[in-house]
Amino acid sequence: MFIQSSLSEKSTFFQKLRSFDYIMLLCILVLGIVSSFAMYSTDGGELRYHTESHIIRFVIFFMMMIFISFINIKTWHTFGYLFYIIVLGLLIWASLFGITAQGSQRWINLYFINLQPSELMKIAIILCFAKYFHRIQLSNVNRLKNIIIPLLILFIPIALVISQPDLGTSILIALSGIIVLWLAGINIKYFFYSSLVFIISAPFVISFLKPYQKLRILTFFDPDKDPLGAGYQIIQSKIAVGSGGLTGKGYLKGTQGYLEFLPEKHTDFIFTLFSEEFGFLGSIFLLIVYAILIYRILKIGSLSRSFFGKFFCYGFGSAIFVYITVNMSMVLGLLPIVGSPLPIMSYGGSSMLATMIGLGIVMSTKIYERQLIS
Amino acid sequence: MIGSGEDSGFKKSNTINRRMFIFAAAKAVVFFGIVGRLFSLQISENKKYLTLSDKNRLREARLPPVRGEFVDYFGNRIAKNLTVYQLHVVPEQVEDFKTLMVRLKDILNLNDDRLQDLIKKKNQQKPWETLIVSENLTWDEFSKINFYLHELSGARPVLTVGRNYPYSETYTHVLGYVSEASVNDLVSNETIKDRNVPGLRVGKTGLEKALENELIGTNGVQRFEVNAYGKRINQIDFKEGEQGKTIKLTIDTEIQKYTQELLNKRAGSISVMDIYTGEIIAMNSSPSFDPNLFLYGIEKNKWNEIKKDPLKPLLNKTVSGLYSPGSTIKPLVALSALENDVITTNLKVNCRGHKHPLELYGMKYHCWKKQGHGYMSLQNAIKQSCDTYFYEAARLLGVDRLNVTAKKFGLGNVVLGEYFNEKKGVVPSTKWKKEAIGQNWYLGETLINGIGQGYIQTTPLQLCLMTAQLANGGHKIYPKIIFDNKQDAIEDIKRKMKFAEEKNDEDSKLLSATEKFFNPNEKTYEALYRNKENVKFVLDAMFKSTNELYGTSFSSRIEDPKYQFAGKTGTAQVKRITEAERELDLKTDQIPYKQRDHAWYIAFGPYKDPRYAVSILVEHGGSGSSTAAPIAKKLFKFLIDRHELREKTKKRNLTNINI
Repeated sequence: MFIQSSLSEKSTFFQKLRSFDYIMLLCILVLGIVSSFAMYSTDGGELRYHTESHIIRFVIFFMMMIFISFINIKTWHTFGYLFYIIVLGLLIWASLFGITAQGSQRWINLYFINLQPSELMKIAIILCFAKYFHRIQLSNVNRLKNIIIPLLILFIPIALVISQPDLGTSILIALSGIIVLWLAGINIKYFFYSSLVFIISAPFVISFLKPYQKLRILTFFDPDKDPLGAGYQIIQSKIAVGSGGLTGKGYLKGTQGYLEFLPEKHTDFIFTLFSEEFGFLGSIFLLIVYAILIYRILKIGSLSRSFFGKFFCYGFGSAIFVYITVNMSMVLGLLPIVGSPLPIMSYGGSSMLATMIGLGIVMSTKIYERQLIS
Repeated sequence: MIGSGEDSGFKKSNTINRRMFIFAAAKAVVFFGIVGRLFSLQISENKKYLTLSDKNRLREARLPPVRGEFVDYFGNRIAKNLTVYQLHVVPEQVEDFKTLMVRLKDILNLNDDRLQDLIKKKNQQKPWETLIVSENLTWDEFSKINFYLHELSGARPVLTVGRNYPYSETYTHVLGYVSEASVNDLVSNETIKDRNVPGLRVGKTGLEKALENELIGTNGVQRFEVNAYGKRINQIDFKEGEQGKTIKLTIDTEIQKYTQELLNKRAGSISVMDIYTGEIIAMNSSPSFDPNLFLYGIEKNKWNEIKKDPLKPLLNKTVSGLYSPGSTIKPLVALSALENDVITTNLKVNCRGHKHPLELYGMKYHCWKKQGHGYMSLQNAIKQSCDTYFYEAARLLGVDRLNVTAKKFGLGNVVLGEYFNEKKGVVPSTKWKKEAIGQNWYLGETLINGIGQGYIQTTPLQLCLMTAQLANGGHKIYPKIIFDNKQDAIEDIKRKMKFAEEKNDEDSKLLSATEKFFNPNEKTYEALYRNKENVKFVLDAMFKSTNELYGTSFSSRIEDPKYQFAGKTGTAQVKRITEAERELDLKTDQIPYKQRDHAWYIAFGPYKDPRYAVSILVEHGGSGSSTAAPIAKKLFKFLIDRHELREKTKKRNLTNINI
């Protein structure tokens, strides 16, 4: 074991390069390319702002991901808490001095990019929990202390994000954390009871929501009630997807997107646009690419020798799955509209940055899969 | 990690993997859930969403139908379509209606009232219905709108067609006018309702209203692809509408214009009719007004001015004005008396003037001539319009027999049928009085009926028809104002009249009719008389009335046989003249306007081979011979000078349309 670990620690650049997960890499590239084409379509078939910056970001962040892959997994373990604290600091910074747009204060101006720390928190919370539960023995997991502390770690950023207000991201942060808590072996009954409590308290929680959020939840149950108002997005999105049919309306020929019936088509509704133009077959193709990506991430996790690597890969892979399903369910009218981007596909630097950091760490887990962390 | 850690680490690893497995299984379920949802939306319900998507992106715009035009006998357009510039707004497609309106108000200099009206109108209609901000923009305004269009999202400059009456006042009562369709129009006419678009103009009066369904045309349809904000991206489909029918009238614009000149804004009416074809060559009611004022909504003060004018420009006097015919009825009374053998042409009556009026049951019946006419024969009585003679003739004839003759010749019934709001008028009879008033007929009423006073009421067009039917030798004709390309040629009409005359003679001898050989649709121009000589006698007397010394319209005669006409004056009292007034013997201009007599003149010409009949009325114009007959003199000159041109055009008209 020691020999092997020291081997991998000192393996050459080419050895590291050879141990890359190329299938995963391919999936990421495919998604990057597909998303660039989709972005081109949202720009109305012209190479304009969204397409250009999306491609530039993808290229930069992809290279960054490769770079991260070469960083030893041990380093991520070491700086796990620090990363969380930095992101938490940025979140607080955002709520104090952040940029307000569309009624929500969630961005920090870093001059070269408007950073949305809440997106990074999705990764940070997994990293932080992975480190926390890496050490704790199974028998100690269900101790009160080991439940309270993680919950505090989880609640602080959630509270900050909700107050921005950004319901969608806070739900995704919560789900990311809960996934790791579940994997860590916390007693099922806690999950059971807390979900019971959540269901019962849901009406009270809803009453604290902003009016537009309440409206979104209400219209989810009956979008036709206000077809030109709050139900508009759901209805138009369903029309776009539904009218796509088996093979779609053809690239750059999606009338719903082209004629601007689709809301937020660059970001949350990018899948709708893709699905309208490429139809059922295209959508299935995209789903399969995502499925392979997730499968590879989970596979890397299962082969990892360290609990930290396992927790992170399982957690991150599952989180990616949750992001995808929440986004798709939302645009297909299965869930209320809450802001949640589709990983890699959606326009948005912070989301892409967070996803790429996560993928980089996963790749690093693969390269250093025999690395033990004490 | 090492040692005891080994075992617990193994357990921990197991837990993680087990939980991951459970979670992965759940993921697979969710995953297939999403696939299922995609399948249901894109495959199962594809049709439904495709339809919805098309509904989203496609908008149909119904274009206003293009109205048919009116042309006169010579093909001049008398009601035509002009390009007009309009500004439309579809409220649904406007992001901020108030801001847009304020901006438009600046650009078009709209006043506050208009703005309030528009906002009110917008609130009353559906958000997707077009709101017409301005119906008749000048070219300057239109270019200005186009210049600022980028900042006027939702505003749509539109080129459309609007009505125009180039001869303004000349045809007002014939054509009527169009104006925006009202709720009433939509309810009463299915075709209008069917083809309605915002701002549609429909006929309100006259032929524009009567022929609405032929004129209106069909809607064009434009299919557009629009974006989410309703902005038109491109046109997908365009179906042109069909223009409404062009309608050719029998009227001669030059004569129509001239009649208006002759009436010179006095209240009155002139009608001119072809005595064979029944074509109306001119039909003017005065005073008139400019129908163009009504196209885009008339201003209130102008409307009040027209409405309150004592000369009643809104009334089409030719067909809807009812007047006592006065002495113009005398030829008909004479004819009726001769036809019924109650008098002979040799009957003499002594007219002894105001000092010795005819007395009946204590009532006195005066002749218009103070000194009296002396002994009058029938011919002289017509020529000099002796009332006393006709009191006697009417007394012998009786009201009921006169009624039969008058009705035969076109009184007491509408002339043109459904086109105008025509009045039937009254030709009294004993039965009529019993039914309408509930009283018995008095003999005195028969007497004044004989000089065209009392209950009898006629329209100027009825008298024109009566004159025409006398002038053509006493044959029924078929009046029309719309050109009929299947009409009989003049020669055919004359031949048929001849035939009817012979048949009339036979009928009086032998009752066996040969009618079954006739096509029931064929016009028969049947004879309205029993003995042709009687009609000839009356026409001759009318000739003498105009062309011989002592005739009532002698001063208005034309000696040139080309233009020579024959006529009968009429001076219809509008109130009973009291004994005191008779003593005063006032001149026309000394009497208040409303109490002055109506001046009548009926005539036909050229006498040698008559072709045209006219009736002239000047309301409160004084005597027929001083006011109405001089008009006829000018009119016949003008009319007959245009005869050749008309005949030439007729041939062209008939051959052209038949192709």
